[in-house]
Amino acid sequence: MTSIWQRIRGGGQPGLTCVELVELVTDYLEGVLSPSDRDRFERHVGACENCTRYVEEMRTTIALVGRIEEDALSEEAKSELLEAFRGWVRE
Amino acid sequence: MDDAADTFVEPEGQAELVAALRARDEAAFVALVDELGPSMLRVARMYVSTRAVAEDVVQETWLAVLTGIDRFEGRSSLRTWIFRILANRAKTRGEREGRSLPFSSVGDVDGESHERSVDPGRFLADGHWGSPPGDWSELPEARLLGKETIEVAHRAIEALPETQRAVITMRDVEGWSSEEVRNVLGLSESNQRVLLHRARSKVRRALEAHLEGDTS
Repeated sequence: MTSIWQRIRGGGQPGLTCVELVELVTDYLEGVLSPSDRDRFERHVGACENCTRYVEEMRTTIALVGRIEEDALSEEAKSELLEAFRGWVRE
Repeated sequence: MDDAADTFVEPEGQAELVAALRARDEAAFVALVDELGPSMLRVARMYVSTRAVAEDVVQETWLAVLTGIDRFEGRSSLRTWIFRILANRAKTRGEREGRSLPFSSVGDVDGESHERSVDPGRFLADGHWGSPPGDWSELPEARLLGKETIEVAHRAIEALPETQRAVITMRDVEGWSSEEVRNVLGLSESNQRVLLHRARSKVRRALEAHLEGDTS
């Protein structure tokens, strides 16, 4: 896979543009960028209000997703499991 | 993977939990079923066609866990062990149903590199924002964090391809570590990250459309 970094480096551009930055937000948040790449990311965000907002939106998205209540097993399936459990205990 | 097994550190409380299950402690069993149930359904749904079949697979998995717990050696986390059993069973079921494996499509991660996080039309030719993101910090908190907004995020996740849906659910809904997700789903580190990135980007887009739409 040609990573976005390879493409950026191939172009010989030291700085990041906004269109490139949005592809790297997860790499940044996951802490997998090299120190120099992280530095370029942060320098861009520090100077770009729009990308600051974008990164903030991604953080808000993650926080909102963390509030979703997940679909649990049906009560029927749970009571069947409990039956099975009690059967196993009796064995 | 073998390296990970060599350096495996047992999660806190795992020994007690395993001991409780071996002692046939019903409360411990019920608590574990409640805790892992939603993610198990998620993972099963990646391989089988309906929710009913997925529930079946989850039940089968628990039975296998009960009968196998005495042989569990503690070389991985209990959670990883349970999910490996689940994934194997779901895979077998899916194959019987004639479904293709979802992760054949993960191979396409590379080929799909044209999939963009943001509509390219929103950038100028020089790569800067032409139509920049709005400012969510100006929104009333009740709207930004309200039930309706969370529901929009939930629906956006439901609409994702299965593998993206599984990764974002485990990571961001359930709070799993990337390593656990990779182990259970058999993904490379970079594929896991690409799937997570696509999923988050799409959910952000759905939220943006909802929060910044003219009317709601």
